[in-house]
Amino acid sequence: MSWKLFSLLLEASLMTIFVSTISILIGLVLAILLSAANLSGIRPLQWGGKFFISFFRGTPLLVQLLLLYNLLPVMGIQMPSLATAILGLSLCTAAYQAENLRGGFEGVPRGLVESADMAGFSPAQTFFHIRVPIALRLTLPALINEAILILKASSLVSVVGLVELTRMAQNLVASTFMPLELYASAGLIYLVINLTVAVLGRQLEQRLPGAPAK
Amino acid sequence: MSDTAISVQHLVKRFGTTTVLDDITLQIPRGQVSCLIGPSGSGKSTLLRCMAFLEEATEGSIFIEGDPLGFVYDGTGKRQRQAASELRRVRSRIGMVFQQFNLWPHMTALGNVAAALRRVRGLSRSEAEAKALAQLTKVGLENRAGHYPSQLSGGQQQRVAIARALALEPKIMLFDEATSALDPELTGEVLNVMRGLAEEGMTMVVVTHEIGFAATVGSQLSFLDQGRLLFTGPPAEVFAKPRHPRLEQFLDTYLDRGASTLV
Repeated sequence: MSWKLFSLLLEASLMTIFVSTISILIGLVLAILLSAANLSGIRPLQWGGKFFISFFRGTPLLVQLLLLYNLLPVMGIQMPSLATAILGLSLCTAAYQAENLRGGFEGVPRGLVESADMAGFSPAQTFFHIRVPIALRLTLPALINEAILILKASSLVSVVGLVELTRMAQNLVASTFMPLELYASAGLIYLVINLTVAVLGRQLEQRLPGAPAK
Repeated sequence: MSDTAISVQHLVKRFGTTTVLDDITLQIPRGQVSCLIGPSGSGKSTLLRCMAFLEEATEGSIFIEGDPLGFVYDGTGKRQRQAASELRRVRSRIGMVFQQFNLWPHMTALGNVAAALRRVRGLSRSEAEAKALAQLTKVGLENRAGHYPSQLSGGQQQRVAIARALALEPKIMLFDEATSALDPELTGEVLNVMRGLAEEGMTMVVVTHEIGFAATVGSQLSFLDQGRLLFTGPPAEVFAKPRHPRLEQFLDTYLDRGASTLV
């Protein structure tokens, strides 16, 4: 297999990394908002959050993407495939990250919230300055895991017309008839990306001050 | 101004069918150290936590410098929760020190002390940090300002927690078994800070197992047993005879351990 082909795969992997990173970050913000809804004590918000999580955890990502791809035009919304892909992945990972975070929020010691109350923090300040940072630290390993899952799941976004690593490999196979070399190379690139994420995640866990109290 | 910092009136606290506090009425005098003593499960910590509205009493009232805390009674005598802003206003006069320190693990010592100065009092970062450093200096920890709680000993963590509470300039300090989680050799450094605070005339309510501290620094001792307040008075009176049989029994367990020299 020529370097030319491999470099095309590498180029496409940048799209994989881009789509996944943006989706994970948007998903994290959504997951924090879902957690806030759950902790708010306001029933309709809690139900809304639960419904959202049940739906996106309970249906296959592929179905969600196909549904989104066909639903948006019906609703009169024209979106480039990149935006559709990011939206689909973000919504799905938000549901999983919210579930991960739920455990983290439950693990925030009550005393730390009480000391925030005594210091005069408002509920919103306590949420953003105390609960969120501690919950994130407690769930960091699960969040890294989710990032790796999303990097792999991003291979599904080709169904909305986006050319990322997997789709590029398929396209090249169609014109070169070298499936073994191309799919092995694509797999190798995924492996390298995910190993990098795992190593960086491990380092982040060790370097964050005040990581999970034992 | 009245001489009473905290007034507890007919306070009852029940968890389900268990009565944890049974009709407690107690005045905490201003500028003095009031100690709450009693065996484990006597309700002394619950009473202290009620004084900060970290526990909600089932019945009765608590007044902080004359202002109701947590609940207000409307015209018909019905009890209602206080507005959040009013609760925060009354609570801002109280500083609390916990048994488990409860420092925020993701902030340095300086960050812990400065956080509320910035977020609640609205000071600039540099003002807040200067003030926080002054408080850390007061508890002898200026050279640990950049350390995270996990890098500090228990005694140091508790001193940071005291500095954090003091930075907000409370009128009253509540100590909930502040030394119970510490090794004996670390207990002294925390008690010394508390002693210094008492000498400055801070109003303090101290739940403690340190009978020696209660006897020498306290000016009022309250003894609780099974949710009831059995005795309140000056330490001299507590340790003199005749006294309440249950209190005598409680103190004997300390005297047995060689604390008789204190009395």
